[in-house]
Amino acid sequence: MKGYDLFELAVRNLRQSKLRNGLTTVGISVGVASLVAMLSLGVGLQQLATRRLAGSGMFDTVFVTSKQDFRGFDREDDQKTEHPENAPVLDEPARGAMTHLQYVTEVEPEIRVMGEVVSGGQTHFGFVTGLPMSARENEAFDNLQGKFFSGPSAEEVILLNDFAKEIDPKDPKGLIGQEVTLRYGERQALAPDSESAGRPQLSGGAVGGSNPTSGDDFGFSVVRKTQKLKVVGIIEEEPYGGMRTVSRGRIFLPVDLTEKLNMAQFTDMRSSLRGGGGKTYMTLTVRVKDPAKVAQVQDAINKMGFRTFSVLDATKSLRRFFTVLDLFLGIFGSLALAVATLAIINTLVMAVLERRREIGVMKAIGASDGDVKRLFFAEAGAMGFFGGLLGIALGFAIGKAINVGTGIYLHRHQLPAEAVWILPPWLIGAAIAFSIVVSLLAGLYPASRAAKLDPVQTLKYE
Amino acid sequence: MNSLPSSKPAPAVRTSDVCRYYPMGGGIIRAVDGISLTIERGEFVALLGQSGSGKSTLLNLLAGLDRPSSGSVMVQGRDLAKMSSEELAAYRRNDVGMVFQAFHLIPSMTITENVELPMRFAEVDRAERGERVRESLEQVGLGKRLEHRPSELSGGEQQRVSLARALANRPSLLLADEPTGNLDSRTGEDILNLIRDLSLSLGMTVVMVTHERALAERFAQRLVFLADGKLLSQEAVA
Ligand SMILES: Nc1ncnc2c1ncn2[C@@H]1O[C@H](COP(=O)(O)OP(=O)(O)OP(=O)(O)O)[C@@H](O)[C@H]1O
Ligand SMILES: [Mg+2]
Repeated sequence: MKGYDLFELAVRNLRQSKLRNGLTTVGISVGVASLVAMLSLGVGLQQLATRRLAGSGMFDTVFVTSKQDFRGFDREDDQKTEHPENAPVLDEPARGAMTHLQYVTEVEPEIRVMGEVVSGGQTHFGFVTGLPMSARENEAFDNLQGKFFSGPSAEEVILLNDFAKEIDPKDPKGLIGQEVTLRYGERQALAPDSESAGRPQLSGGAVGGSNPTSGDDFGFSVVRKTQKLKVVGIIEEEPYGGMRTVSRGRIFLPVDLTEKLNMAQFTDMRSSLRGGGGKTYMTLTVRVKDPAKVAQVQDAINKMGFRTFSVLDATKSLRRFFTVLDLFLGIFGSLALAVATLAIINTLVMAVLERRREIGVMKAIGASDGDVKRLFFAEAGAMGFFGGLLGIALGFAIGKAINVGTGIYLHRHQLPAEAVWILPPWLIGAAIAFSIVVSLLAGLYPASRAAKLDPVQTLKYE
Repeated sequence: MNSLPSSKPAPAVRTSDVCRYYPMGGGIIRAVDGISLTIERGEFVALLGQSGSGKSTLLNLLAGLDRPSSGSVMVQGRDLAKMSSEELAAYRRNDVGMVFQAFHLIPSMTITENVELPMRFAEVDRAERGERVRESLEQVGLGKRLEHRPSELSGGEQQRVSLARALANRPSLLLADEPTGNLDSRTGEDILNLIRDLSLSLGMTVVMVTHERALAERFAQRLVFLADGKLLSQEAVA
């Protein structure tokens, strides 16, 4: 029998007992819907978590410190390192080498210095933090008021909203576009052979572009400097959740500008103790092109002799968690489908019993055992297909309801709405295919029973 | 295999010592017990005998619906006993048409769909089917009420439909099990007239089971009498 005839006969047979087959189909659709709702909830939650973590900027970042510093935090690590005092330091060549590693997009120092903003005759104290241009992608800038820095060394500043309120309690937003003065301490190196200790080798912001890290400045002085900056934006929260360092930054400058200004940092003290070494960094933040490559980059930097940290381990266990969650949700969703499978078997076995005579007639007029089997398969498959379609629609409705529900819940808790339920296109296809396959499996027994019927027996008169 | 040179083509049907036993309780029932019978092409044969004499069982063996316990059933030189069930199904749909006492139409299908059904199994082209359905229904004298269900027709009309269905795939062998058993005598005669005319005009071999000797004598060319699963006697009708 040809495919379309098979389908036509199957559908007309299904329509013969509309109520029974309809109920069975609805049963399948409930099974599919629960599976779809569960799996897409898993997908949605995973995407939500990934989105959150990616937005935090922690996923694609490796933090690098020298093994000379922060000793004692990690005993195991300390024991592994024979002579920490001989470990390489984070200096300019090391930073350059990291920049050239594969998949590395950015290597930025942690710059965090104390500064004062002078506005309207009053001074306001705060920590100044340098931000790379890539920080634009950070979720902290999702609700940025104003603009991001126009360039990596633009003389611009972005303020934390709290800080802006401190400067102008009435209209913090009014600060955008205005000019403020930043007062900071500039690090001025002493020439090793210099008799006059105060003679500056470089003169702060005015110099621009010139390299502040001359190789042999093992002494320096701090000189008060000012820099005029244009306020371009205001943000609510500190980028990277303030996780990178301890104190909270409130004044944000483009990182190249902070480096150019040659601001004196706490770490300069540590560097000067080492002596002879030139400028070193306490921490470097290495940004990786793709979170999947973080481990590779981390390895490479470890080989260079530095200590690294990333949240990769956290994401690993997160991924494992979601695999287990998906499995669990899948099993849970499949239960309803398993029940639906029994309904299909029941419906088809009853159909075989009822249509004994009809099956015998079909065989008598030329249907093969295979034709009869395929006909029942087609009926099972058709129920699976329609049940699958209906189930997708139902699952979609359930998912939408979950989203609306969580939206209301989040709104009540003053949180922005999040889609916790996402129906990816592959799941639509997979659910329908799965529904058909399950229905065909359920049809296996009834179909073979129908095929085995002896026509002579079924056609006996009366 | 056939070393005997024969000028005549193989007969329509030839059974040799065919048996069909049913196990029953401790013993067996010999529904058909060693029947050897030859039927020529185009012949109209009536099977007669008491109830339980094995007429239907023999007919089902000829139809390939049942398999002999021993012996052979040759149809146009092919041995049904050696065919696979797929081959038997193909034989039934291409070479055999069947008509039953109880009509056995599919109640949920219209007249047209009932007649079309064997063509679906035979994978006849869709475009061709409509034409062939009309042709078959014309042959049995039905031109109206084609979109009705079988239950809306009289018994005679239903038997015409089932005859049209049997003719749909243009079989060479028509097997009828008491085709008039559910009809009044007038209508039964009409049906048998029809079957005889079709046999003559299409050159179709007909084997009909009946227990009405008078009817058999009027329409068949030969009467075959069965008793207890055995061939009792044969009579050619003058
Ligand atoms: N499936 C079966 N199991 C056991 N015995 C059977 C079976 N089918 C038929 N028989 C027996 O075989 C014998 C022949 O039956 P068959 O139906 O061929 O008779 P028949 O000549 O067609 O009778 P009737 O004129 O009543 O239709 C009967 O005795 C019947 O009881
Ligand atoms: Mg009988």
